Amino acid sequence: MTAKKLSLKQRYEFLTRDLDWEPSYQPIDAIFPYDQFEGIKIKDWSGWEDPFRLTMDSYWKFQAEKERKLYAVIDAFAQNNGQTGISDGRYVNVLKIFLTGISPEEYQAHRGFAFTGRHFRGAGTRVACQMQSIDELRHVQTQIHTISHYNKFFDGMSEFPAQHDRVFYLSVPKSFFDDARSAGPFEFMIAIGFAFEYLLTNLLFVPFMSGAAYNGDMSTVTFGFSAQSDESRHMTLGIEVIKFLLEQHPDNLPIVQKWVDKWFWRGFRLLGIVAAMMDYMLPKKVMSWKEAWDIYFVEAGGALFKDLARYGLKMPKYADVATEACEHISHQNWGLFYQLCHVAGFHAWMPDAAHLDWLSEKYPNTFDKYYRPRFEMWAKQEKDGKRFYFNGLPQLCSCCQLPMLYTEPGDPTKTCFRSSTFKDTRYHFCSDGCKDIFDNEPEKYVQSWLPVNQIFQGNCGGATVPEVLKWYHINVGVDNGDYVGSPDEALWKSWAEQRLSEAS
Amino acid sequence: MTIQIKTVEFTPKRHTFGHIARRLGGDRSASRYQEGTLDLQATENFHYKPLWEPEFWHYDQAKTAVKMADWYKPLDPRQYYYATYNIARANMQQAVERNFTFADERGLLANLPAELKAKIIDTLLPLRHAHWGSNMNMAEICQRGYGTAVTAPCIFSAMDHLGMAQIISRIGLLLDGLTGESLRAAKQTWMTVTAWQGIRKLMEDSLVERDWFHLYVAQTLGMNAVLLRIAYTGLEASYGTAGMALAMLTEFCADWLAEEGRWSDAVIKAVAAESPENNALVSKWAKDWIARAADAAVPLSVAVLGDDTAARVAGEATTAHARALGLAL
Repeated sequence: MTAKKLSLKQRYEFLTRDLDWEPSYQPIDAIFPYDQFEGIKIKDWSGWEDPFRLTMDSYWKFQAEKERKLYAVIDAFAQNNGQTGISDGRYVNVLKIFLTGISPEEYQAHRGFAFTGRHFRGAGTRVACQMQSIDELRHVQTQIHTISHYNKFFDGMSEFPAQHDRVFYLSVPKSFFDDARSAGPFEFMIAIGFAFEYLLTNLLFVPFMSGAAYNGDMSTVTFGFSAQSDESRHMTLGIEVIKFLLEQHPDNLPIVQKWVDKWFWRGFRLLGIVAAMMDYMLPKKVMSWKEAWDIYFVEAGGALFKDLARYGLKMPKYADVATEACEHISHQNWGLFYQLCHVAGFHAWMPDAAHLDWLSEKYPNTFDKYYRPRFEMWAKQEKDGKRFYFNGLPQLCSCCQLPMLYTEPGDPTKTCFRSSTFKDTRYHFCSDGCKDIFDNEPEKYVQSWLPVNQIFQGNCGGATVPEVLKWYHINVGVDNGDYVGSPDEALWKSWAEQRLSEAS
Repeated sequence: MTIQIKTVEFTPKRHTFGHIARRLGGDRSASRYQEGTLDLQATENFHYKPLWEPEFWHYDQAKTAVKMADWYKPLDPRQYYYATYNIARANMQQAVERNFTFADERGLLANLPAELKAKIIDTLLPLRHAHWGSNMNMAEICQRGYGTAVTAPCIFSAMDHLGMAQIISRIGLLLDGLTGESLRAAKQTWMTVTAWQGIRKLMEDSLVERDWFHLYVAQTLGMNAVLLRIAYTGLEASYGTAGMALAMLTEFCADWLAEEGRWSDAVIKAVAAESPENNALVSKWAKDWIARAADAAVPLSVAVLGDDTAARVAGEATTAHARALGLAL
């Protein structure tokens, strides 16, 4: 009898999951100690559909080609001083937020997918996770290499690892990823693989990369294009994971739904920083946050959940609250940055008249009514030489760690406060979404390293603002404060003058 | 003759990041390896203890018994970051593709006598499982280890083992004409034939080791330096008329072993040199796993070469090599 030749799918299985074996010298639970406690039931790991059939030979080939091209562009950008060709010096602050707040999380994703890539007992799943792990390492390293050239000229980027560990607003992304990393392997996959990489990636990755394209940042946008095929692989993995869990056992549905609810809300809060970036920090705007939300969450996310409805999965809880809040969050967050940038590692500034008009046009329901008057008041104070800074420490939400500045659903004139008591201590929250997350796992969130509380407890370099900023590695008078009057602005103006004098 | 293009000069404010400059001892231009590696992992102010292992933070120096004042001391002499790693492997893989095409077109494996085919299936193909176990170990060290200098090359190594498991599997597919029969047979061998059980047990025992640097020593000085070395050196002598073809098809693996060794030697040397306590621990681990790997290799050595010489020689050579790294064996 001659055996039949393998199909491509079977060949791929022989080159991946068939490498695995049933151990007999050690108990399987000792080899995979972490994939049971979350209560997820997997009847049959072989039901896993490999989301992309990449063997290492093709992986190395494709990725090496992409890297050769990417680094050629990065080198050319540096050689030709591409940093002088961006739309405006203000734009660089987007990169500061990216390098201090996003790139270190790519690193966390790298280590987290190494964890799931080792510890799921399904071999096919492990291979897919390992590929994402090494991809995420790619992303953090290429981002550093791309932004490295900007760091040579602009301030606020040179201390990104220490700042990621210490600075108050950076605990928002850090705690988000620490939360996912400290969760079990299945929750990590829903948190990062599904919610972050699939559901919300178009609202994170795409705004930064499109912003780069619109603002003449050719090296960052080249990174974006180069990472695109990795990202689409990651999206495929994210959707495969959720379908797999839901198909394996009906008991998984309530667990997965809870995770989807949690990570949607946590993601939404984190994305508020991107919202402010899109609406306020890009000298040349791509689209408003609200428009992006409508396209990528309301429409695309809506279609996705319609598709997942056959498994019984529902739209994330508070999706409607989030959509309503999208009329407000970018303005509220930029207001925060404006008032607190003297203690931040990047610059904020007052939007000019044309910019305010653009915001009025993009936010007809809310901007003129609630937010324009604040900016006009601050603008007047600036004109009078009394640029306003908030000289206190804001109360932080015990879940998302953002200051408690968001407003009640349906009433933008009233700040939203929620609280819960756990073991005789009261904890405060910015929203029902954050309170729910805490209430589901209070033991976890009482551990939060809340930057403001830590300052009060004397754990951040000292009791005065200069001491804390020194501990933050923020170079006072250089990295922080308003863009107007900053060394970045002076540098940018000198380049502009140079160009003019050369032209005349 | 030279030509000179006039360019506008822009004077940089700084040459590298602050944390890199502090490590270099001044603001100097840094390499991409340095900027993409040093101090990349978070070190303090973590928020939540992992639900799956609440006795540690997710990045925690206490996950191994060895102690380093600075985990950025054991650097990678290859200076790999993602791009240079992938480009190096893509170049190696090009030769693999040429060799496989050559072997396929000329039927170098397909036309072998049945007896020789059976020997390859029994003694070489089960290695794909050893590479797979090694892949799991390196992924484990990557996730559990401390400091990007050590952990980043571990995910490279994990992917290398997967790649080599695939190369060995492709040898099987050449042998069986793409039916997978040889791979099924080799898996049976791995699971049941006595000659492989010592190796499989060694592998499974390593999979439950939770001290990540202990695991690093087991994998690099036990599995790599003893077992894989026996497997990939001297193939020409062991497989008669198929020897040259197999040596050619596993060229990647032999080259990789030498290259990986350069890195793992540097890491082990740096960690052992840190303190007498480290040295004692690493030496103990090395002694144990080299001896176990050499013992496990004996039946295979007998099956391939007719006696246990290769296993003993590999054990002794690795012991001598470990001594040269500063270990007390």
